[in-house]
Amino acid sequence: MLRILQFLYNLRAFILFVVLEAIAIWLIVSNNSPQGAAFFNSSSRLVGSVLETQSSITDFFNLDDANKILQEENATLMERLDITYTHPDSTYIEMDSAFEATFEVRGARVISNSLRFAQNHVTLNKGSKDGLKPGMGIFNQEGVVGRVKSVSENFAVGISLLNTDLLVSSKIKSSDVFGSVKWMGDDAKKAKLLYVPRHVIAQAGDSVITSGFNAVFPEGIPIGIITEVSPSTDNPNYLNIDLELTTDFSSVGYVYLVENTQISELDSLYSQSELPNEF
Amino acid sequence: MNFRSIFGLVGQFILLLSVQVLLLKNLALFGVAFCFIYLLAILLLPISIRTIPLMIIAFFMGLSVDIFYETIGMHAAAATLLAFLRNFWLKTVSPSGGYDEGSIPSIRSQSMSWFITYSFPLFFAFSMLLFSVDFWGTGNWLNVLNKSFFSSIFTLILAIIVQLLFFPRRRVI
Repeated sequence: MLRILQFLYNLRAFILFVVLEAIAIWLIVSNNSPQGAAFFNSSSRLVGSVLETQSSITDFFNLDDANKILQEENATLMERLDITYTHPDSTYIEMDSAFEATFEVRGARVISNSLRFAQNHVTLNKGSKDGLKPGMGIFNQEGVVGRVKSVSENFAVGISLLNTDLLVSSKIKSSDVFGSVKWMGDDAKKAKLLYVPRHVIAQAGDSVITSGFNAVFPEGIPIGIITEVSPSTDNPNYLNIDLELTTDFSSVGYVYLVENTQISELDSLYSQSELPNEF
Repeated sequence: MNFRSIFGLVGQFILLLSVQVLLLKNLALFGVAFCFIYLLAILLLPISIRTIPLMIIAFFMGLSVDIFYETIGMHAAAATLLAFLRNFWLKTVSPSGGYDEGSIPSIRSQSMSWFITYSFPLFFAFSMLLFSVDFWGTGNWLNVLNKSFFSSIFTLILAIIVQLLFFPRRRVI
């Protein structure tokens, strides 16, 4: 017995090593699910405030560009407003649920962003206090950015589209054929459109937009532009479609968050009919 | 190991950690070479330190980097591996005549070529584990090797520069 204990004592460094590695692996695994809430991440108060200070310094140098983008966007929105605006007259039409606003949009600022790893995340400067919830879609004027993973009171962490865990339901704009966009983990400008059947005619230059099926994003937010179409090598039933992402992830500064206000109704409908709701 | 040197070590830890998370987080040369300069704080602990406290320090250091990097556990696992291997590797590469009592394994106290043999394999082991975990399931092993190799070189170069610039030359008594 004594010798066993002595043996273990001699191995104490190795045992501690194994224990620490086991803790680390447990932390990795338990934080790895795209939907799961995380224990500690950059949405905690201390880390969030450090990142916010840092980004408020670096953002100062991008103010010029940010202003220009906002101005252009304002101009297009005002143009659209002018087209749809009609003067009120005496008729009053009761709106039914088909015209109800399904999506609510909020704004936030990115305070931390990564694009060089296989699992990239963004941290935002708004939290549950400002009405952010896990599952909201993140996009900017260029296209899809990601999805909110967890929120704290003042900050939120989202998984970026540049994350091998995230699939975004999408479709080819010209033919309405749907598939899933997935990032393959190497180049921050390229992604793939998966599950498009072989018979579909897709061409380089077609744009790919969100389909609106997954209830995270409204229909029509740009994702990318097809650069190459070839038969898939590992599954002969599908096409291998390469995209160039429209979002420039290295300069994502201000983003919009979109929430589907009818998602609970949709969810309960899915669970009633015993369908899995794939986000 | 007196109070003053402990104070200096803690300062060095905090300084390297903040440089890592504030300046080097989004830096990647040519998209492949990352820099993990905070490992220098673990490498430069005194030679006489035992493996167990070293591993505990490295684990928590890795964890604090993880919180900023959104990669909970990955840096902690890799830094623990580095700390575990460090003392074995120190024994293997010890110069003839052994180390001086209470010295630290830096360029100033040893030599440039010795420091490269000492730190490069450790950086490489760290980066290998880190990028393997990051690319787990994508099966892209060439990318892992590529990133690990160039990250170790970049980290090594920066570690040498930091020591040459900021560490005082040892006075000859």
